[in-house]
Amino acid sequence: MKITLIIFVFAMAFSGAWIDPSRRLNSHVRVAKALVVEFFEWFGDWGVFCRRLARAALAPPYEGREFIHQFDELGSKSLPLVALAGAATGVVLCLQMHDSLIRFGAKSLLPAVIVFSIIRETGPIITGIIVSGRVGAGIGAELGAMKVTEQIDAMEASAVNPYKFLAATRVAACVVMLPLLTLAADFCGIIMGWLANTLMEPISLRLFIENGFKTVTFNDFLPPTLKTMVFGLIIGLVACYQGMRARGGTEGVERAATTSVVLSSLFIILADVLLVRLILVFFP
Amino acid sequence: MSSEMESDVVSEPSEPPIRVRSLRKSFGDQTVLNGIDLEVARGETLAVLGRSGTGKSVLLKLLIGLHEPNSGSIRIHGQEITGLPLDQLNEIRKKIGFSFQYSALYDSLTVEENVAFPLKRHTEMSAAERKERVRELLSSVGMEHDLEKLPAEISGGMQKRVGLARALALEPDILLFDEPTAGLDPITAAEIGQLIGELKKKRETTSIVVTHDVHGTQAVSDRFALMRDGNILIEGTFEDLQKSRDNFVAQFLNNGS
Repeated sequence: MKITLIIFVFAMAFSGAWIDPSRRLNSHVRVAKALVVEFFEWFGDWGVFCRRLARAALAPPYEGREFIHQFDELGSKSLPLVALAGAATGVVLCLQMHDSLIRFGAKSLLPAVIVFSIIRETGPIITGIIVSGRVGAGIGAELGAMKVTEQIDAMEASAVNPYKFLAATRVAACVVMLPLLTLAADFCGIIMGWLANTLMEPISLRLFIENGFKTVTFNDFLPPTLKTMVFGLIIGLVACYQGMRARGGTEGVERAATTSVVLSSLFIILADVLLVRLILVFFP
Repeated sequence: MSSEMESDVVSEPSEPPIRVRSLRKSFGDQTVLNGIDLEVARGETLAVLGRSGTGKSVLLKLLIGLHEPNSGSIRIHGQEITGLPLDQLNEIRKKIGFSFQYSALYDSLTVEENVAFPLKRHTEMSAAERKERVRELLSSVGMEHDLEKLPAEISGGMQKRVGLARALALEPDILLFDEPTAGLDPITAAEIGQLIGELKKKRETTSIVVTHDVHGTQAVSDRFALMRDGNILIEGTFEDLQKSRDNFVAQFLNNGS
């Protein structure tokens, strides 16, 4: 009994559960300080990584074959998911908007609302988020596993620059692939939007497309589609960085994959806020 | 700049292929190497011994430029490699073969593709010539029958052999072995040791073998360096080590696997 009491007292002492409030405040300040330092360190290291990557990517010879391989690999794996997400978005938009527009007496605007909302925002952002989950995790885990098993060191020892061969090719593949996947998401969303609409109130595809695209201009279509290149850049840079700095075996690989997804999704949403504003300013 | 560079690059005729001076390396607060001096003559094999965590593997990684030292000098074939631009460092790396402790084979590539990787990147060989060369390399390590297998489908000993074949692909004149027999059964370990001995005879390469296996490397090593606390405690032939009165040396030799 006495021993249990002694253990309890020691445990309490070491856990800091009864330290005085000022000491507790100090420990909170220390934790906050460490977090701030870690935050700036992450961005600093990421900046160094990006600079190194840019230098490696721009210097010839270029890794054309590996780029095509990555493009095929990342694109083919993401296409079904992106198409499915785009299709689901089209259906949901149609179901949500149908009743709302009837309420405001603007039912005839349904095709235009679906098309506008998909090509201007929903298609690009859904594609960005889905690809960050699928590809970001894949790159983070793959490069993380290569890092902890010394495969990246072996590549460097073979006089091959991993920044050029592994990272630059993946980042470039993400940048080029995102707008193409966005087109696929847009296409599936619009077709499924029409299908959902026609199941409720039959309308021909031709009429739906004509009504939907009647007032669409290139400014509505091109800048939002091309902004996904920035999403691709974010996914590639974050995932490659997280993968190539992985440490500590399986746990490190898991951490690299998870943080790749979390950070790239977060940065995509933040970047979208800025990009939407810029597009509205420059392409009114 | 160029004259300064050239004077730095040109090797003295008597300079050994590997020369390390006052090499220091620390990770954060932890000092791993504390002023190492080392030389390996042409065609010589040096075994670097020591307990786990004494910086043996770090030393090898410094020699191939995978880590930057805090201070000191590393000269490979008379060329200072610390602070060297990456493209020049890569030219030096092509002359060095590195066999990793856990083989570090590319897990998404087959055995054949792993060995072909450096050839594909750094030579002008046609696909047929490359195939022929890969077969030749794999046959020299007894792995010519498992070309299509993935690294995960072969044993640890076989992975070491493939790693060795990959390290030899560019015909390096310096070979660095990081724990070549660690984690292997005694028979496979002896086979790998024999393989290193054969390579030494055939190619006359300059080698550094980092190992715990004192007796396994005795037959293939010309000299031994025993590391302790980031320094080289003793350096010499096996007989020199045996003559040492230092307790740690005696203990290491007696308990070495």
